[in-house]
Amino acid sequence: MATHDLKDIFWNGVWRQNTGLAQLLGLCPILAVSTNLVNGVSLGIATIVVMAMSNAVVSALRNLIPYEIRIPVFILIIAALVTVLDLAFNAYLHELYLVLGIFVPLIVTNCIVLARVEAYAAKNPPLASAVDGIGMGVGLVLVLTILGGVREIIGSGTLFSGIEMLFPSAHAIQILPANYPGFLFAILPPGAFIALACLIAARNWFEARKATAKPVEAAGCAPAAH
Amino acid sequence: MQEDNPNSSAPEAASAKQESVLGLSASTAAVMLAFTLVFTGLMAGTYEATREPIARSAAAEQLRLINEVLPPASYDNTLLNDVRTLGATPELGLPKGGRIWRARKNGQPVALVFEAIAPDGYAGAIKLVIAVGADGRVGGVRVTDHHETPGLGDYIDPKKDKNKASPWVEQFVGKTLATLPLERWKVKKDGGEFNYRTGATISPRAVTNAVARAVQYASTQRDALYQ
Repeated sequence: MATHDLKDIFWNGVWRQNTGLAQLLGLCPILAVSTNLVNGVSLGIATIVVMAMSNAVVSALRNLIPYEIRIPVFILIIAALVTVLDLAFNAYLHELYLVLGIFVPLIVTNCIVLARVEAYAAKNPPLASAVDGIGMGVGLVLVLTILGGVREIIGSGTLFSGIEMLFPSAHAIQILPANYPGFLFAILPPGAFIALACLIAARNWFEARKATAKPVEAAGCAPAAH
Repeated sequence: MQEDNPNSSAPEAASAKQESVLGLSASTAAVMLAFTLVFTGLMAGTYEATREPIARSAAAEQLRLINEVLPPASYDNTLLNDVRTLGATPELGLPKGGRIWRARKNGQPVALVFEAIAPDGYAGAIKLVIAVGADGRVGGVRVTDHHETPGLGDYIDPKKDKNKASPWVEQFVGKTLATLPLERWKVKKDGGEFNYRTGATISPRAVTNAVARAVQYASTQRDALYQ
């Protein structure tokens, strides 16, 4: 497969079909974990790994999976890979495991993983599928980074709190004055919805501007899932 | 998600006509079973391979937490092995029981490290680890699990406490029943000794009361608990 195509697949995941902003899939972990930057990025990276692995494995096995029972087999594969990742986290990155806690097992139920397996990996070769998974994951990390950063700054006035669990020598940065009282609303669920809505609006505004400047060609990939 | 998939369903639909329904079900079930076996094997293998590192990191985490409330230099026994398991202990808020680690130096009692639960947090139970010295002094208190409101009541956890210089939970350190009578082991709002921060009284009150109960339990049960 040409590098050009892989690049296209990657950007499709990062921007055109961004999980958080365009497909609006997997919102539950996006909203729950993005209370600060470090949590958001950590979960995003774990999701990249899961999506790349599950897409590649399903794609490699796609000719062995009967069409009628594909969904249970997909779920089985995804659940097994997430369990393996969760155990590995627990064994070798225990501090991070304590932070991400329930969210790693919950990647199983993140519909974006199943959606990409069903819509892409089941019909495409392993390399392209893995790139699709990584692209979608990177798109998710992007959203989680911005959301987590914005909510952390507005909510508690800091950035990178909890980074010492990943890099013991690093410290959180105080962005706003130390006597900033905090804005609880940004950290609670409503703040997540509002921040995400602003991001979606910004993306739509950007796309609309681009469309009036130069009509975009129809995307070459499967239409966005509902 | 797209439901129809002409590429893979068409040839199978044709072959399904030749096979009996029963045969198709059987072969599908066999494939499902094979997938289940392979991936269960993968999970079981990983579980076996990671079991020891997981047990090690859980023990290290436990010891790290205990060492936050009790200086490691103050005892010389293998603390994690010198553990006493309690049955249901309402005095410590433990409906299902819990553990007490006994710290000793040269065989002499140094401190008891309790697991305790404050059941009346703002958002459910607050799990605690409390060290009480053999002389009755509180060595330290740590919150191990809670669901208090982020940014409001969660300052009971020193990691979330904005006042890094003197975290709220540190005011228990060094307090003893001998110098502070039991009825003063309350937050100031309830007429006690301990500070709380405006905006969140329920979380610190729950922790303070749980610490008071643990200290009282330690003083009455002291000798039995070191046995």
